[in-house]
Amino acid sequence: MQDIIKRLEDMRAGARGGGGARRIEAQHAKGKLTARERLDLLLDEGSFEEWDMFVEHRSTDFGMAETKVPGDGVVTGYGTINGRLVFVFSQDFTVFGGSLSEAHAEKICKVMDQAMKVGAPVIGLNDSGGARIQEGVASLGGYAEVFQRNVLASGVVPQISMIMGPCAGGAVYSPAMTDFIFMVKDSSYMFVTGPDVVKTVTHETVTAEDLGGAVTHTSKSGVADLALENDVEAILQLRRFFDFLPASNREKPPVRPTADVADRPEMSLDTLIPANPNKPYDIKELITKVVDEGDFFELQPDYAGNIVIGFARMMGATVGIVANQPMVLAGCLDIESAKKAARFVRFCDCFNIPIVTFVDVPGFLPGTSQEYGGIIKHGAKLLYAYAEATVPKVTLITRKAYGGAYDVMSSKHLRGDVNYAWPTAEIAVMGPKGAVEIIFRGDLGDAEKIEARTEEYRQKFANPFVAGARGYIDDVIMPHNTRRRLCRALAMLRDKELANPWKKHDNIPL
Amino acid sequence: MFKKILIANRGEIACRVMRTAKRMGIATVAVYSEADADALHVRMADEAIAIGPAASAESYLVIDNILAAIRETGAEAVHPGYGFLSENQAFAKALEAEGVAFIGPGQRAIAAMGDKIESKKLAHEAGVSTVPGYLGVLEDEAEVLKVAADIGYPIMIKASAGGGGKGMRVARSDDEAREGFRSAMNEARSSFGDDRVFIEKFIEEPRHIEIQVLADAQGNTIYLGERECSIQRRHQKVIEEAPSPFMDEATRKSMGEQAVALAKAVDYRSAGTVEFIVDRDRNFYFLEMNTRLQVEHPVTELVTGLDLVEQMIRVAAGESLSLGQDDVTLTGWAMESRVYAEDPERNFLPSTGRLIRLNEPQQSDTVRVDTGVYEGAEISMFYDPMIAKLVTYGEDRLSAIAAMSDALDRYRIKGVGHNVAFLSAVMAHPRFIEGRLSTDFIETEFTDGFKGADLPIDRRNAMRALAVAHERRSGERGAMIGSAAMSKARPLQVAAKFILRENDETHQAEVSSVLDGDGYDVSINGSRYEIRGRIEATEWLFDGTINGESVTIQIERDGIRYAVSHGGCRMKLLVSPPRFSEMLAKMPIKEAPDMSRFLLSPMPGLLVSVAVGEGEPIKAGQELAVVEAMKMENVMRAERDGTVAKIHASAGSSLAVDQPIIEFE
Repeated sequence: MQDIIKRLEDMRAGARGGGGARRIEAQHAKGKLTARERLDLLLDEGSFEEWDMFVEHRSTDFGMAETKVPGDGVVTGYGTINGRLVFVFSQDFTVFGGSLSEAHAEKICKVMDQAMKVGAPVIGLNDSGGARIQEGVASLGGYAEVFQRNVLASGVVPQISMIMGPCAGGAVYSPAMTDFIFMVKDSSYMFVTGPDVVKTVTHETVTAEDLGGAVTHTSKSGVADLALENDVEAILQLRRFFDFLPASNREKPPVRPTADVADRPEMSLDTLIPANPNKPYDIKELITKVVDEGDFFELQPDYAGNIVIGFARMMGATVGIVANQPMVLAGCLDIESAKKAARFVRFCDCFNIPIVTFVDVPGFLPGTSQEYGGIIKHGAKLLYAYAEATVPKVTLITRKAYGGAYDVMSSKHLRGDVNYAWPTAEIAVMGPKGAVEIIFRGDLGDAEKIEARTEEYRQKFANPFVAGARGYIDDVIMPHNTRRRLCRALAMLRDKELANPWKKHDNIPL
Repeated sequence: MFKKILIANRGEIACRVMRTAKRMGIATVAVYSEADADALHVRMADEAIAIGPAASAESYLVIDNILAAIRETGAEAVHPGYGFLSENQAFAKALEAEGVAFIGPGQRAIAAMGDKIESKKLAHEAGVSTVPGYLGVLEDEAEVLKVAADIGYPIMIKASAGGGGKGMRVARSDDEAREGFRSAMNEARSSFGDDRVFIEKFIEEPRHIEIQVLADAQGNTIYLGERECSIQRRHQKVIEEAPSPFMDEATRKSMGEQAVALAKAVDYRSAGTVEFIVDRDRNFYFLEMNTRLQVEHPVTELVTGLDLVEQMIRVAAGESLSLGQDDVTLTGWAMESRVYAEDPERNFLPSTGRLIRLNEPQQSDTVRVDTGVYEGAEISMFYDPMIAKLVTYGEDRLSAIAAMSDALDRYRIKGVGHNVAFLSAVMAHPRFIEGRLSTDFIETEFTDGFKGADLPIDRRNAMRALAVAHERRSGERGAMIGSAAMSKARPLQVAAKFILRENDETHQAEVSSVLDGDGYDVSINGSRYEIRGRIEATEWLFDGTINGESVTIQIERDGIRYAVSHGGCRMKLLVSPPRFSEMLAKMPIKEAPDMSRFLLSPMPGLLVSVAVGEGEPIKAGQELAVVEAMKMENVMRAERDGTVAKIHASAGSSLAVDQPIIEFE
């Protein structure tokens, strides 16, 4: 018995030692924490229950039989964040460069399977050189096993990937299928083919950071949701983010007690909309002034800035916010913004999170790049996402809601539950000027006539009343009452039930 | 008495005049430019008339537009406030022709005192002591140098039509005199449409002390004591007080009597101010007379108990003064801070934008806020960047200062840069508290600009302790999100030990909740802080006690950090359990991107000129470009030698803050 315990302790010590002091030092020298240090920060103190510490790879080729490290390059198990259950895996770059072996993959699959059974989120901390080349196809098989579970878990439990080191080749497709990707600046990158291959094939010279660093993926490609300063700040933000998420699709959104009262007036919103309809304003001011405590967790802030997405709370419960941003491209919809918002809307719908939509949209961005890029199908994604969503949908039109974009943005016709408008709302097929130039084409030479017609159109349609008369708008509300009215609508919708017709799955235009 | 008056002004002063008018039962008419359609003075007025586009030259300065507004509304009198048309003789004349009363002095006084050269001659004749100088208009640089040699450096070059620090330059050498002459003329031309300048001796370590006079049309003239306005920056007053800590009764009497003599010499009526410069031996010299209500008039009102606007209105309506010189008493002490939309940490450059948050201190017997804005209003680039005047009162100077410090701690402004922290730092400055003031106080005491006040360690720790209490509260709330099942198996311990990180500094902290009532006991590096008050994320202002002492501290959470401010000191704190801090120490320090190769626009404004070309070698100190904002021309100079690589903006273009203008090699 004593021998066994001694052996156990030795094995534990071996596993905890990872790839050894020298490699740990090298990891630190790169400004990176080790796999265990990261979990130690991510999870509540002392809450981590580790699994499969003794798992080792079964490879014998290329001298691998002699080099075994207990745990095989990934630390897995479960623990809590603010007392709430979460399953985790954390790749250990100090052991075989964090490369994925068959056994390594099995460990990841094990926590994913268990997470789905009990209904708890999975957080993966990725720091891996890629496939364990010595294992060949067994490693590839391991990836595919993980991919399959990512897909099955999608929409069942939230999956979050934090990229904290390399993530290249096939390895990128596991994070790609999770719900959110966070990246650490300067020490993480993701790409399908690296700089060397790029150079050989296309003769482009590019650094790993420029090709697939955190800034690239959060501003150019839109692959990642947040770029964070360093490992510690990234984990602090991840803990903050986790508090917003329901544990699974069986749960209602979590509630955090708040002292922020539901009927708090916000007089300054009465002057948010500038007198000049072409002057922008910051929609984030509206968001932070109506949500609890001004606490808005924005996602993808540097990508497709013409739409703003993120989580907040109202009356303590999580809501998803989608808002057109007049400060960027006048808030119009384009390929990138439609894709960005559509995926967010679908996440909220998967996990019973009510969606609050703030609308100020002059239409779709025109241009060959948009049409050639397939705005028809990409724009349809957002339309589709809103239309299929059965969670509570509360919408506020602050200013423009023109044309097809009006329909898209959680309109009444797409089963919007409560649709409000501010007095400044203009719900119309298009802006007055454009409309008159089409309807009164014959008068185009006569500036005076056109102006009179424009004014007539403005009087008739540039207001919320035409839509109100048809019931497309439930009420016109004063800006300063926005929080109170939204809170009431959300409270009314708390137990909303709505189901789409049975189907194997839908066929969203991808 | 008038039934309706029009206020030919905007901002806080328009609101200030309306308050008195309303109290007197007089209806008010506001005028406004396009940029001011939603302004507070428009909301306050009984009627409001639009008078043109945003630029004041096309609205507030257009006499005909004001006259049209008068005709439209039937106003019987006009209060001009300060600035704009307040000292414009043509305006007074036009009103007279219209048969409308001007709530201000007669035209002769405006004309005589409006011209700095003329006014000095008059003052001299009236027996008022004046600064040595050359009162003629200067023709060219040669003449400037000759006069400067006669008087001796340092000299002051001033615009004849000037005021408010515009068109004013100090020169200590021939080179500076040449440049000062040129730039004073340019600024005078663009600000006043009159490029005449003159020279006088520049007095070192001077104090600015001014006498408030009040006169009626019947020839009664009195003085209402003095105001000291020595705390200035670039000749713009920042802090004013009444009385002056430097004054004795004899000097007050002699200055007051000279001021009255000057007023009488020009048949002055209404409220006016005679400004003096006072040297360290209490010799005083006449500077100028302002024939209008001064910005800083509230401090006089608080110590005399008079409403100067009411007095002005009564005088304009023909009433005689209801009090004589012997009835004037000065009681207690009043202090005024001008809250400006300007960023002290960016060399006080003006800031514009929407007031996303504006929380003013509560008005009371000891706190007065003269404001022209509200939360959600806009600080536009077209006008003076003053947000409000904060005035406090106490039985003596120290209690007025204490009241000011407290009021400043309660002031919250977000959306534009502002000088509240700087004002707090001045209030806490030992030299200011001692009352050893001079007009170069800011220049000499804040030589390297302003980076935040240096508070005693105990105060800093109190701020840190508050952040820890908030983090603890946040932890308690976070623990309540948890699902019951897990917490049964392993009860969650809310963290009690923390490390605070402030840049590279760390502090140990421990916190425990108190059983009875709101609050936490926090220790910072072993010192104990008993915090009693409401700790919630919604409470941006802590207004409770720490170790039994009343304290007001502003605190807000921004993502994972806390922004804490108090007494002019601002901290960004990361509060986390020790295990995070240990790991943070391992994190690399990342350098901010290098922008030193660029000349960035320091503020939103207009690029007036670029003085260099691409490929041109430059020397440190050389003029690179001129950016105009708020009617001030700011000359941007090279910080070091180098070569211009690329010009990113051309003259005439409008600039955003931090927009690159010139790139260096």
